[in-house]
Amino acid sequence: MEIEHDILMEMYRRMVRIREFELAAMDLFKRGQVKGAIHLYIGQEASGVGVCLALRKEDLIAGTHRSHGHNLAKGADPKRMMAEILGKETGYCKGRGGSMHIAAFETGSLGALAVVGSGIPLAVGAALAFQMRGEDRVAVPFTGEAGSNTGNWHEGLNMASVWNLPVVFVLENNHYGVSTNIEDVVKVKDLSQRALAYGIPGIRVDGFDVVAVYRAALQAVERARRGEGPTLLVTESYRFEGHYAGEPEVYRTRAEVKEYRKKDPIPRFRNDVVNDGLAKPAELDAINAEIKQEIADAVQYARQSPEPAPSTAMEYIYA
Amino acid sequence: MAATTNRDVTSLGSTVPVMPPELIRQAPEGVPSKEISYQEAIREALREEMLRDERVFLMGEDIGKHGGAFGVTRTLFDQFGPARVRNTPISENTIVGAATGAALVGMRPVIEIMFVDFSGLAMDQICTQAAKLRFMTGGQCKVPWVLRMPQGGGAGKSTAAQHSQSLEAWYAHIPGLKVVLPSTPYDAKGLMKAAIRDDNPVIFLEQKFLYSFRGLVPESDYVLPLGKCDIKRPGSDITIVASGYMVWHAMMAAHILAEEGVSVEVIDVCTIAPLDEETIGQSARKTGRVVLVSEACRDYGPANEWGMVVMERAFEYLQAPVVRVTGRHTPIPFANSIENGVWPDTPAVVNACRSVLNW
Repeated sequence: MEIEHDILMEMYRRMVRIREFELAAMDLFKRGQVKGAIHLYIGQEASGVGVCLALRKEDLIAGTHRSHGHNLAKGADPKRMMAEILGKETGYCKGRGGSMHIAAFETGSLGALAVVGSGIPLAVGAALAFQMRGEDRVAVPFTGEAGSNTGNWHEGLNMASVWNLPVVFVLENNHYGVSTNIEDVVKVKDLSQRALAYGIPGIRVDGFDVVAVYRAALQAVERARRGEGPTLLVTESYRFEGHYAGEPEVYRTRAEVKEYRKKDPIPRFRNDVVNDGLAKPAELDAINAEIKQEIADAVQYARQSPEPAPSTAMEYIYA
Repeated sequence: MAATTNRDVTSLGSTVPVMPPELIRQAPEGVPSKEISYQEAIREALREEMLRDERVFLMGEDIGKHGGAFGVTRTLFDQFGPARVRNTPISENTIVGAATGAALVGMRPVIEIMFVDFSGLAMDQICTQAAKLRFMTGGQCKVPWVLRMPQGGGAGKSTAAQHSQSLEAWYAHIPGLKVVLPSTPYDAKGLMKAAIRDDNPVIFLEQKFLYSFRGLVPESDYVLPLGKCDIKRPGSDITIVASGYMVWHAMMAAHILAEEGVSVEVIDVCTIAPLDEETIGQSARKTGRVVLVSEACRDYGPANEWGMVVMERAFEYLQAPVVRVTGRHTPIPFANSIENGVWPDTPAVVNACRSVLNW
C-alpha cells in the first residue's frame, strides 16, 4: 500500500510538532514556569501519530497522564495546549486540568485520565454507543504497557470483545511503569499475546516506525469499522526522558537510554523518506521551520493568556 | 444525651400505625393515582423514560431476564430487548466506566450495581473519573448517567456485613456527584425520572427493605426536583430530619408524639447531595428542636452533616442540643438478635425526641 505524499508530510509535521512542543514545555518546566508535573512523550511520537492519522476526526481517543502527544497527533491546537500546561483560562480545559488532564474534545477526545488504565472503560462505553446507534466510528484508548496489568484493562478488553465493539486498544510499550520494568511484572514477553485471552487479534509493531504503526492501525481501525470487533495494538517504543520531567531515572542506565535514542523516530523517518525519494530535504526543513515558529507562538500565547479568575473556582463542577 | 443507643422506651402509645398514612397517600390530591410498590415505581420510571428517550438504556449484572438482584428491571428485557437492557460481565468498574463513555457521546445510561457494597470495586470510575471529568476538562463534556444501587438493611433481612451497608456518605463527599435516596414509591418514581433527565452522574440508592412498601403515585407523568428536601409532615414543636427507611420511623414517631400533643415536622432528605440546607435550616429555626435520623453508621455519617447545617443556620434559635439517632458504628451482623439492634427504630426516634423536648 502506497502512502500518499500528504499523509507522509503530515506524519513528519505532527511528530516534529509533538517533539518541539514538549521540548518547549520541558524548557518552561525547568525554568519553573510550569507547576506540577509533566510527563513527556519524547521518543514515542511515531506511536501516537501513526495511530491518530489512521483515524477520522469523529473517532475518539482516550488519553492518559502522558497525552500531550496524543492530543497533538489527533490535531489539537498547540496554543491552547500550551496554555493549558501553564494553567491559563485559554487552555483547552480552562486551566482546570493541566498537563495530566489535557484533552481537546473538539478534535475527538474522551478526556485524559491520569489513573493508569482508567480510560479503557470510557472507550468501551463510547464504542458501545457507536454500535447501538449504527455509527461507523471507532474509539481508541491509549495505555502504557504497565496499564495492561490493571483491572480496567482486562475488564475492558473482555467487555469489548464479548460485545464485538469498535475499539482499538493501543498499548504503548515504553518499557517502564514509573521505575518498574515491564519484564518484572508481566510473564509474557510479547504483550500482544494478551489478546489471545480475549479471542481478539493482537498486533505488535515497531513503535519507532510511524509508517508501520500507521499501517497496523489502519488495519485494526478498518476491522473495527466493519463491525468485526476490537484489536489490541502494541507499539514497541521507549520514552527518552524520565517518567516525569526532572525525574532521577535511577532504574536505568545512561547507556540503555543512549542505545534507544539511536532509534529516534523523527530522524529515522526523515532519512527513510529522503532515501526513498518520497520527500526532498528542503520540504522537510520547511516543516521544521514552520513548527519552530508555531511552537514559539504557542509559548507566547500561553504566557500572555490570563489565569482563571479565583471567583470562577466553583464553575464546571455540575452541568 | 446518649439518645443514639437509648432504647428504653416504656410508653409507645396505643395506636402505632402499621404504616404512616402520609407516606402511602403522598400523591397530590385530585390527581388520578394508583397504588404500587417502591420497586414497581422505579421500574415504571425506567420504562417510561426508555419509551420517552431512546438514548436511555440499562446495563448491569443479571438485569436481563433475571431482572436484577431485586427484580427491579424484570419485564423490561422482554419489552426492550438485549441491546437496551444489557447484561454485563461481573466488572463493576468497567460497567460504570462504560456508562461514562456512552454518556460522553450522548447516551443516557442507567446502570445497576447489585448491592451498594459492591461499588467499592467501581470507586475509581465513580469518584475519580465520572465525578471529575466535566470539571477537569473545563466544562468540555458532561456525564449524564444514573447508577442504581440497592442499599441498607432492615429487620430480619440477615444479609450480613457485605450486603447491608448504607453508603450515601461515601458518594455525598465527592464534588460532582448527586446522591438520591428516596423513601416512598411516589418519590422513587419522580426522583428516578429527574435523575435520568439530569446532566450529571447521579447515585440513586434504593433502600431494599422499602422495595415491597406500597403507596400512591399519579397515573400521569411527573418529575420531582433533585436537590430538594421534602417536608413529609409539617409541625411546629420539633423537627426530625431523616432519609430512606428512617423517614418511616420518623413518621411513626410523629404519630406517637402527636397523641401526646407534640407537633412534629418531618423533613425527608431525599436528595442527600447536593443538600437542601435551606429547608433544614428553616425548619430548625421554626421549631428550635432537632433530631437527626439516619440508617448509616454514626461516625462521619450523613446525620452529622445535617447537624452542622442546623448549627450554621439556626444556632441562635435552638432550645436544646441537636441529637442524632443513627446506625451503630459497626459492620452489620448476621444474627437477627444483634442485627436488629444496630439500626434505629421507632422507639429510638421517639426517645430521642422526648429527650430533646424535655431538655
